[in-house]
Amino acid sequence: MADIFKIEIITPDRILYEGEAEFVEFTTVSGEIGVYANHIPLTTVLAPGAVTIYNGEKETVAAVHAGFAEILGDKVTFLAEIAEWPDEIDLNRAKAAKDRAENRIASHAADIDIRRAEFALRKALTRINVADMR
Amino acid sequence: MASMRDIKRRRNSVTSTQQITKAMKLVSTVKLQKARTRAEKTNPYTDQMYKTVSSMMKKSGNITHPYLTAGESKRKAVIVITSNRGLAGGYNSNIVKLITNEGFKIEDLDVYALGSKGHDMLARRGYHIVEDRSDIMDNPTYADASSLCRTVLDSFAKGEVGEIYLAYTHFKNTVTHVPTLTKLLPVDTSGMEETENNAVMMNYEPNTQEALDMIIPKYVTSLFYGALVESVASENGARMQAMDSATSNADEIISDLTLKFNRARQGAITQELTEIIAGANAIS
Repeated sequence: MADIFKIEIITPDRILYEGEAEFVEFTTVSGEIGVYANHIPLTTVLAPGAVTIYNGEKETVAAVHAGFAEILGDKVTFLAEIAEWPDEIDLNRAKAAKDRAENRIASHAADIDIRRAEFALRKALTRINVADMR
Repeated sequence: MASMRDIKRRRNSVTSTQQITKAMKLVSTVKLQKARTRAEKTNPYTDQMYKTVSSMMKKSGNITHPYLTAGESKRKAVIVITSNRGLAGGYNSNIVKLITNEGFKIEDLDVYALGSKGHDMLARRGYHIVEDRSDIMDNPTYADASSLCRTVLDSFAKGEVGEIYLAYTHFKNTVTHVPTLTKLLPVDTSGMEETENNAVMMNYEPNTQEALDMIIPKYVTSLFYGALVESVASENGARMQAMDSATSNADEIISDLTLKFNRARQGAITQELTEIIAGANAIS
């Protein structure tokens, strides 16, 4: 059995998750990363994606968009601007957001901020993915 | 001496005013509870954010980053958080006073107003209002905070303003609210103390520079959002106090008027009696 470390997901409005884990998987701006206990200290910027927490047999999934993670040997802290559980996600709204973002990117209009549209698209895709996992 | 009818009318009007202030007090008590719980919930986020950023600053002490040095421009931006409604005692005017007494040059100041009271008062004094986002104050969300922060940070990045300040009311407890002016940018690192995290050698991904680029705006937004929810709590606290003292003042006025009314009534009866007796004497 792997070592256990503490894990916290904090958003501006609440503490989404506080508990222990053996392994956690999430997406950063430079790619996906998996963390066991005694990881080297690392602060990394998050990309919209699922955070999967493994503790024994239990698997917990949350959608986390924008923020950063602070990894210490015995503790991982997520500071997320938006984070939610799969059952809180409004799937229809996420699908609508995805279509909207895709249209915006496809339209190539000059007044559109492509980076923001892509970010919105990634957020919507994450929500859809995570909602499917419930 | 005022007539009985005048006193009675006055007393009735004070009584109905008291009913209103009493109701407003009850409403703001409930709102205060809500706002306070909300403010407490954001604390873990802002605390952790502060810890992370201060440990970053300590370790990257020699780094030069646009967000850490004041811009060339001598213009300053200030985000002013007040309320949309009045009747909250000195809540709004304290914030305005804070800004007027700070010694900012009126012509060098860009005001981002949240709350129509502060907006109106500053506009009347001739301050330059860049943006009025009073609509946020009704129900501040993190998304609102971050959209306003993006605008302000953009103008900092473009060099339009050299420093960014935030004026808000710090919620110390239910009865104490402190108008506070803090500097958002450049990030003030002098006050940041050592935290236990400083001992470990932290690594940053993608790299320190880029991590700072992304984390500093989030830090500023978290400070701003924290100030926003605290201000809402303070507003309701201030209104509750103001309405409480208004209600007890009304009580005082009512008892004073009741006394006067009874005296006038007694006086009237005495006078009537004297007249009747005098009349009866004249006949007999």
